[in-house]
Amino acid sequence: MRRRGLSFRKLSDRLVRLFSTIAVLLAVGAMLWIIIVVVIYGAKALQWSFFVNPSKPYGIPDGGIANALLGSVIITLGATLLATPPALAAGIALSEFKDYKKLMFLLRFSANVMMGMPSVLVGLFVYIIMVVPSGNFSGFAASVALAIIMFPVIMRTTEDMLAMVPYTLRESALALGMTRMRTTLHIVCMSARKGLLTGILLALSRVSGETAPLLFTAMFADGWPNNYFTGPTANMPVLITEYTTNSPFAAMHEAGWGAALVVTALVLIINVITRIIFREKGHGH
Amino acid sequence: MAIKIHAKKLNFYYGAHQALFDNSLEIEANRITAVIGPSGCGKSTHLRIYNRIFELYRDQRVEGELLIDGKNVLAPKVDVLELRRKIGMIFQKPTPFPMSVFDNVAYPLKLHFKLSKTKIADRVEQALRGASLWDEVKDKLKASGLALSGGQQQRLCIARAIAAEPEILLMDEPTSAIDPVATLKIEELMLELKKKFTVMIVTHNMQQAARISDYTAFFFQGYIIEFGETEQIFTNPQKTKTEEYITGRFG
Ligand SMILES: Nc1ncnc2c1ncn2[C@@H]1O[C@H](COP(=O)(O)OP(=O)(O)OP(=O)(O)O)[C@@H](O)[C@H]1O
Ligand SMILES: [Mg+2]
Repeated sequence: MRRRGLSFRKLSDRLVRLFSTIAVLLAVGAMLWIIIVVVIYGAKALQWSFFVNPSKPYGIPDGGIANALLGSVIITLGATLLATPPALAAGIALSEFKDYKKLMFLLRFSANVMMGMPSVLVGLFVYIIMVVPSGNFSGFAASVALAIIMFPVIMRTTEDMLAMVPYTLRESALALGMTRMRTTLHIVCMSARKGLLTGILLALSRVSGETAPLLFTAMFADGWPNNYFTGPTANMPVLITEYTTNSPFAAMHEAGWGAALVVTALVLIINVITRIIFREKGHGH
Repeated sequence: MAIKIHAKKLNFYYGAHQALFDNSLEIEANRITAVIGPSGCGKSTHLRIYNRIFELYRDQRVEGELLIDGKNVLAPKVDVLELRRKIGMIFQKPTPFPMSVFDNVAYPLKLHFKLSKTKIADRVEQALRGASLWDEVKDKLKASGLALSGGQQQRLCIARAIAAEPEILLMDEPTSAIDPVATLKIEELMLELKKKFTVMIVTHNMQQAARISDYTAFFFQGYIIEFGETEQIFTNPQKTKTEEYITGRFG
């Protein structure tokens, strides 16, 4: 009896190891495969003009992605500016004012719902409340849509990061005669500042590839993004979708892949920066 | 002898659970009072009433009176922030703030007093000297407080606490997380500190209590079983529970 139990455990141990190895290989393999495909198809497009020229209408040569890149940067930065203050506030409330149970339950519940909402729905929602009434697409509407997606992500990481700050640190701040507010902002958030930044960067990389919400809000425009608040604004995800799926021109397919390569590289860079920041965290808190 | 703190029939509750029963104590000024007793007997709970730090948690509450210089500080009208300036607290684990050594000590100064830059620098030095830390950190005042050793961090916290010019220092097992050499330093420091402050220290270390304290209170299951001069408690305890505890028969 006993012996069989032992050998069975050994066997299951081996099985677990086998399955986890396979899982790891699959994950790493899939990532490498995607990167390799994007590089193979996209590398040809990467010339100087590609980075400095704005996109051009169908069929006109020498188009680039500069306007889309700039537009995407503006839209995501706008979204970050919109989402960060309320999301930090909500995360702080969740972690520091747990005593208000009903309110916090409501906040957490609605954030969970938001988190699970498909991004295309968020796009439609902003389309209905902003684009339709104003009569035009805009980069700003896109920022609002992305901000809605970023909000719960930042909120949850903020809560988690503040939860990692030891309770005695709060108590020692209060014991010195600090107010609750000062303790929270100066001591607790200061302690977790790298974690908070990490949350913001994670949310940023999460939305930087979002396409569906942009189709309903920013749309696209050849030309520089100088109508952020009032007009369609060029951006990378829509450019990629348009060029690779809707265009009959080989040069545009290539440019689409090139843009995909650029976005992939940027997301990778953001992720690596996030890692570095978080690793540097070092001692204690 | 001057009575600094007079606890009168303190009862303490964590929600429905009562942790302290009728705690009454008279603490003399400029003396070290040790609080001893087995784990979970209520030592920390008792100390945390003094600066009302327990109020951070909504389900905790206290009954009774705590007179400091004759005034009941548990009364609702008392300015808690000022009370906490007057009562410094040192925790088991050092809790330096995530800022430079200098700023750690300057923080409470800027918080409670309006001072010029040079005055602040003076007072920071004073406080660091008072915590026997100055010589070790005078060349790295700009370094992070988190980069100091455990024992140095604890003395930094003491400097931070005394910078606010308190009258009372509460120490909850201040040396249990640091090495013996650093512990010795802090014990010497405490003997210095009692010249200016009224000190209460929770400790599990009987030798420590015997070495440094003037008075000792023995807690058991939320009650103060015995309180008296340290010498008497350790050589001639009146209660059998006290004797059993200090001779190491339980706890
Ligand atoms: N936050 C809390 N919620 C509920 N009960 C608590 C809480 N903190 C402490 N208690 C209870 O109150 C009693 C006294 O705890 P306290 O921490 O004061 O003991 P202590 O003497 O300081 O112990 P130790 O020597 O282990 O630090 C214990 O029974 C403990 O379980
Ligand atoms: Mg304790």
